[in-house]
Order: sequence, then structure tokens, then C-alpha cells
Amino acid sequence: MDQDNILEMRSITKTFPGVVALDDVTLTVKRGEIHAICGENGAGKSTLMKVLSGVHPYGTYEGQIIYEGEEARFHSINDSEHKGIVIIHQELALSPYQSIAENIFLGNERFTKAHLIDWNRTNADAKELMDRVGLVENPTTPISTIGVGKQQLVEIAKALSKSVKLLILDEPTAALNDTDSEHLLGLLRGLQAQGITCIMISHKLSELMEIADTITVIRDGKTIESMPGPEATQERLIKDMVGREMSSRYPTREHNIGEEVFRVEDWTVYHPTQPGRLMIDNASFYVRAGEVVGIAGLMGAGRTELAMSLFGHSYGKNISGHTYIHGEEVHLHTVNEAIAHGVAYVSEDRKRYGLNLLTNIVTNTTAAGISKLTSRLGFINDNKGAQVADEYRELLGIRTPSVMAAITKLSGGNQQKVVVAKWLYADPEILILDEPTRGIDVGAKYEIYTIINDLVAQGKAVIVISSELPEVMGVSDRIYTLSFGSVTGEVPIAEATPEKLMELMTKEKEIVK
Amino acid sequence: MSAVDVKPTVPVKQAESLSFGQYLIENVVRRNGILMAFVVVIIVLAIWQDKFLSPPNLTNLVLQYSYILVLALGMLMVIVLAQIDLSVGSVVAFTGAVAAVVVLKMHMPWYMGVIAAVFCGILVGAWQGFWVAVVGIPGFVVTLGGQLIFRGLAQMVLNYNSLSPFGGNYYNISNGFIKGVFPSIELFGKNCDVFTIVVFAIAVVGYAVSQWRARMGRLQYKQEVAPPLLFIGQIVLVAVVALFYGFQISQNRGLPIILIILAVFIMVYGVVMGSSSFGRNIYAIGGNLLAAQLSGVKVKWITFWAFVNMGFLAGVAGVIFSARMNGAQPAAGVGMELDAIAACFIGGASTTGGIGRIAGAMVGGLIMAVISNGMQLAGLSQGLQPIIKGLILTLAVAFDLWNKRRTSVAA
Repeated sequence: MDQDNILEMRSITKTFPGVVALDDVTLTVKRGEIHAICGENGAGKSTLMKVLSGVHPYGTYEGQIIYEGEEARFHSINDSEHKGIVIIHQELALSPYQSIAENIFLGNERFTKAHLIDWNRTNADAKELMDRVGLVENPTTPISTIGVGKQQLVEIAKALSKSVKLLILDEPTAALNDTDSEHLLGLLRGLQAQGITCIMISHKLSELMEIADTITVIRDGKTIESMPGPEATQERLIKDMVGREMSSRYPTREHNIGEEVFRVEDWTVYHPTQPGRLMIDNASFYVRAGEVVGIAGLMGAGRTELAMSLFGHSYGKNISGHTYIHGEEVHLHTVNEAIAHGVAYVSEDRKRYGLNLLTNIVTNTTAAGISKLTSRLGFINDNKGAQVADEYRELLGIRTPSVMAAITKLSGGNQQKVVVAKWLYADPEILILDEPTRGIDVGAKYEIYTIINDLVAQGKAVIVISSELPEVMGVSDRIYTLSFGSVTGEVPIAEATPEKLMELMTKEKEIVK
Repeated sequence: MSAVDVKPTVPVKQAESLSFGQYLIENVVRRNGILMAFVVVIIVLAIWQDKFLSPPNLTNLVLQYSYILVLALGMLMVIVLAQIDLSVGSVVAFTGAVAAVVVLKMHMPWYMGVIAAVFCGILVGAWQGFWVAVVGIPGFVVTLGGQLIFRGLAQMVLNYNSLSPFGGNYYNISNGFIKGVFPSIELFGKNCDVFTIVVFAIAVVGYAVSQWRARMGRLQYKQEVAPPLLFIGQIVLVAVVALFYGFQISQNRGLPIILIILAVFIMVYGVVMGSSSFGRNIYAIGGNLLAAQLSGVKVKWITFWAFVNMGFLAGVAGVIFSARMNGAQPAAGVGMELDAIAACFIGGASTTGGIGRIAGAMVGGLIMAVISNGMQLAGLSQGLQPIIKGLILTLAVAFDLWNKRRTSVAA
């Protein structure tokens, strides 16, 4: 074995009943490098990392893992952590009501001689680790009160506390805004300088081209190629990932904009638990038939709060303002009223707000349009439901052996398509898509954009909320910018530039009310 | 909408049609682990206690445990909602007490007692449903309070004394039989009530027809169905078991009235949970409350009605139990909620909500019933019986977990 390599995964094959998840995958990671892995939905990236970290124990896969010059046989995640391999999952595994320090040393507590928790040492050591990752907080602050970007840093501090040699990050920046992402990437470089090797799974191609020393592309459970970071181009990566040339990342569409469908005036929303905290301040906007309106805003600008408060007052208190559909004022006080008026909301957090993870694709697909399956006597026709789900499987390209499969067996992108299918089946006229492509790969994103085009071609009005500027600019006809709860600008796509949008998105209120 | 023009780059792997053996493992054994366990328990008991399958004992089984099954119907819905109801034992005592006062003290007809008891059960359910659904207090707390409140009310209504005997039609709800509608005949050398056998035969035909129609429906929509041999085998098996049971009890006192009541309740609730939007909404709420809310499920409304329904069924169980006992006691139904909850968990319901079937809860209740019955036949000591029941509860859930883990793909 080459001493320069910290890790060699040789001919890894992993099968689940009916599915070959990994097919003869080889991965070589050099000591001290940042190694990026990218690939489409369900390409096998996460499975590969689970094999590496012992989540899928030795013996349940074929092939060989050579780590630090010897064959590794991890039977559990404890085994791999013991050897200095730490994995940070996309969904952070922190205990929300415990403090930052407690979380950092969870399962690895600092004890006094009497084997009780040594709080002074816990907090002091935590502070030291927090300094290393650039987290400025009090170690006793509960996790639930800090943002997701800082939580990510806590996870890394936790990894450092275990004297990590090989740090694996699964989509570390998916939930972060640009500033937090920048900070995180800077931190990874810093760790690299301290001799820590890093494997990073990411869908953000520009980001991984910027930071990675080596990029490996996986497709359909196979390694396609490994290339040095500087040699990578966006086109080459996309081609490797999807197995075809993608002429454009955004499908073109015919612009056929009609009458105004949905108008919001003076929409004002207060925080649900903190009285007097204004979340949305006099927001007004409209969307026309056959039009995609983008809502661009940074984290905390109130994008989701705006969407959810409109969707049947699902968020916020003391909501005031007016909503009009086809020029007539409507009151959308409950989700049912919103659905009945043809409004649909695809949440940014599919696992929390979008899916029932205990059931299958059929139940999830038909959840919002269940009344269509219900006979006059109130019986649900499950067979028809299965047929409906099957139609959407084909229409949206949901990759699954069967619509009876559990939703948890699908990859993130395919789960997202199920959420979209659920709302398409409810047959809305106005769709609010909140971060519709978060955490899904380029190919699936393209498919989602195509679905959006089909929707507007049918004359539906679509509102897309996104934190990615290229995406907002790629799909919208018109863009509203949101900043600190206020609509700060309305920009037709022809006039939109990233600089202009960013300026509006960071504009603060001039007059404090 | 029109077809999406980006096709998956890999052809979708279609499920290959399963062989007979695979289907048996995948869809029968895996999904019916508890049923298999039930069969094993019955075989063991039949060998151990030769009285177990005798006509009087099989008749008694129904009479003795029907109220637990009724409670388990409502409890399953509450548990799938990720709630719990600890008050039902007290509500059984309270509603039974109300019925006794109406019938025995106020000298009203028997059916007024039934109506009063069921009505009080519904009121109790509405009271608890209000606190859980509208105010948002966890069901565990509300019904723990309810357990105390309604136990106290039961004592006050009865003035701290037992009231008995009901007699007459009220008594017959749980102890009456239908026999001799048709003349008896000799079958296999036994004297059998024809009416009982006819009812069971009709039930078997009804089951076969409904299964056949379900199969045809699935085929019409091109859904996967069981191999024909298995399908016929399943119906034949059910028919043999049902007819054997009918044949046995027809030699005893005939068809218990409570069995008919129970069958109607089970069928109605099976349909409600299996294929009504109310049932579907319960699963949706238990599976993911937030997602259900954002899909337009009226969470408060459904939760409220699930508790009202639990109260209703507790009232029904109160009637059945007091009729069975032929009187009302202040201490009736102590610990009954735990039997109902155990039935649900043995039957595969998830402790965190979202999972559980009516059929499972019924099998779970029956497992508890036959084991208690078997232990009584064997004359096991009073200490040993609850120990064994407790072990069965723990092991049944452990088995279910193991069975699911073994057969499901790691996430």
C-alpha cells in the first residue's frame, strides 16, 4: 500500500435485496487531502460512507478497506470512530436541549476522579474546541437556540474531540447560507493544515471545485472517475454524474404569461412565540398564470415564514393583510381553505413537513388529494391510489422498484419528487415551492425544473423560493427580493444580475417602525 | 400534465414477480408474525390442556374477553395517533354504574341503561378529547387524570356499593345465546345447533366473496396479488378454522349474542381504519404530525373524535362487562386499560404512533385471552399468571421487532 494514501476502498460491492447499491467501487484517498465525492441521487455515495464507517458492518459487503496501511474490519460505528474516522451526517445528530459542551462530549464525557461529570473541564475543553472551529458562543448555550450553521460547527468540534484523522461530511453546506458555507469551507482548509483528511459529499459543484484536491464521481453504484480538483470543470462533472451532456442546467420554456392569479397585499406576520417580533413586514406581491415568480432572500429573511403564513396560516401570529385569487379576496385561514382555493405548498424540509416516513409511496403521494380517492360513502380506493402513484412515478421519474416501497428506501431527490407528486395530485392552481431542489443532485434538479416548466405551460402560477441565486435566476420570470421580512425589490428576469439581487437581498429597512 | 422529457438514465429496476416460496415469506410470514405466534400458542395450549378446544371452553373464551377486544378497537386508534388512554378501566366502571342505576334504581327498561351508559361514555370521551385536542395536553396526562376522576365518579354513582342483579335482557347481552331457531341435527356423532353453523357458514362465504372482490379489484388496477394457490389456501384455512369453531360451540349453548355484537364492531372498525379517510388521517397524524397538518388533515378534529370514539367504546365495554358480571361494582375494570393497550402492542402497533392494524390488535387481544384461559384451565397460581402475561407482552413485541428488522432493508 502506498504510504501516501490514508484510505483505499477496493472493489466494494454492497447489495440490498433487489438492488445493487454499490458495484465494484474503488476509492483512494490521499493523506491530508480534501476529497470530494459527487454523484446523482441514489448513486451510492451515502452507502459507500456507511460501509466505510461501519454502519454497514464488515461482512455485509464485498471488497476490502485498507485504512492506515491495514485492512479495516469495522463491525460498528464505534470501531471506526476508535480508529479516527468520524462521519457527520446531513441530518445533524445533536441533542437539542443539551448545551453545546454537553453535545461535544456526548458519549465521551469529561469526568472527575469520582467519575461524576467535571463541568469545569467540560466547558473549558469545549471552549477550546469551539475556538478551533471558530464558533463564538457560550459553551453552555442549548443547541436548539443556535442556527444550523453553528450546529454544523458543533458537530465538527465533536469530531475533533475524538482525535479525528479522517473526517467525512455528508452534504455539509446543504442547509447553510453563503456566509456560513464560506466559513465552513475555510475551516476545512484549516483542518487540512492540521493534518486531518477530509471526505466531503456535496452537490454544490462550484463549491467542491473550489475546495477539493481530488474529486471522485460515482454514478449508479460505480466509480466513474477520480480527477484532481483543478482539472475539474462543471461540464465534465455534470457529464460524469448524469452520463450525458447537459446542454443547459435550466430547461428553456415558452413564455406565455396570462392574467394575474394570486395577489398578496400588506402581508404582516408576527413570530408565533416571541410577542412583538415582526417576521414579515407589509409584503406585497403578485403572480400571473403561466409565470414563475422567484423569491430570493438570505437565511432568516423570512422566505419560509412568508410562504407558510400564506398557506393556511401555518406559521405565525397576528397575521394581517389581504390575499386575492383572480381578483377576488379570499381568506386562507386553514390549510384546508388554502387547498380548496388551489394553493399548494411544497416545504423546504421534506422529512419534517412533507412525508410520512412510516408508510409507502402510495400513501404519501395521495395524502393531500385523498378526497379524490374517496367514494361517496367515504371509502378509500387503495387500488386507484396505487395506480395514481404509479402514474406519477412514471411522470416524474421516481426511481423505485415499486410504489408500494417504503418512502425511506428512496434517495433524497426521489423523496422530493414524491412530495411534488403529492401536491400535483391535489391539482393546485398556485404552487409555492420552497427550496424545491435542496439536497438533490443536478440531474434531479433538471427534472424538477422541467416539471416547473410543464406546470406553467398549463397556466399554473408558480412561486419558487430559493437560496441559490443561479437557481432563482434560472427558473424565474420575475424575482422579488426579501430582506429582513420586507420585500425590497421586484426585478424582471431581463434586468436581473447576481450583484443587483444580492444588493437588494441585503438591504436593511431604512425606517424603523 | 404532459410527460416529463428527461428520462432516468438507468432503466428502472422492476420488481421481479416473486416465486411462491418468496411470496409466502415476504407477504405472509413477515406481515403476520403475530398471527403465526397465535397459531403456535393455540397448538401448544390444545396439546397441553385437552379441555382447551372443548365446546364449553371455546364458548367461554368469547364471553370472558369480548370487552377487552372492544376496548382494543378504540385503543388502537388512539395509539396510532401517538396518544394513549389510561382511563378506560375507570370509564368501564363508571358507565356500568350508570347503567345499573338507570336499570336497577330507576327501574327503566334495559335498553335505557345501555343508552345511558354509552351516552356517558361519549361525554367522557368528549371531555378528554377537549383537553387533548383543543388545549393540547398529552393524552397520557389527561387520561391519567381521567382514571382518577371516573373511578371516583363510579364510586359515587354507586354510593360505594355493588348493584345487582340485572337479569333479563341486559344480562343476555353478554350471557345470552341464540339456539334452536332451526332444529338440531347430528353431525359427526354430535348434537349440533344448525343456526350457529349456518351463521358461521354465511360468514365464511362472506369472507371468501369479499376476498375475491378485493383480489379482482387489485387485478383490475394491475396490482400484485397472492399466487392463486396461496389465495385459495388462505380462504380454505380460514373456512376450516371458522367452521371448526362454529361446530364446536354449536354443541354447547349455541351462538353467543355477544359474538355477533363483537363481529359487527370488528368489521366496522376494520373498515374505518383500513379504508376511510378518518382512518387514513389517523395514520397520517401518527406518522408525521407536521406533514399531516400541512396536507390539510384536521388534526384537532380527528384527535377529538378519536377520543370521543374511545369513550363510546368504553361505554359499550362498560355495558358488556356489567352485563357479564350481572351487576356493577365500584372496583370494576381495574387494570383493564392495560389489557387493551397490551393487545395493541402485541398486535404490532408502534409505541410512537403511525403503525398498527385492527386485525393485529384483535389477534393481540386473543393471544392474551387464550393464554389467560389456558393458565386458568391448568390452575396456575395467582402469582404466576400475571408474570407469564407480562413475559408474553415483552417477548411478543421483541419478536415483532426482530421480525421486522430481519426482513427490512437497512436504511
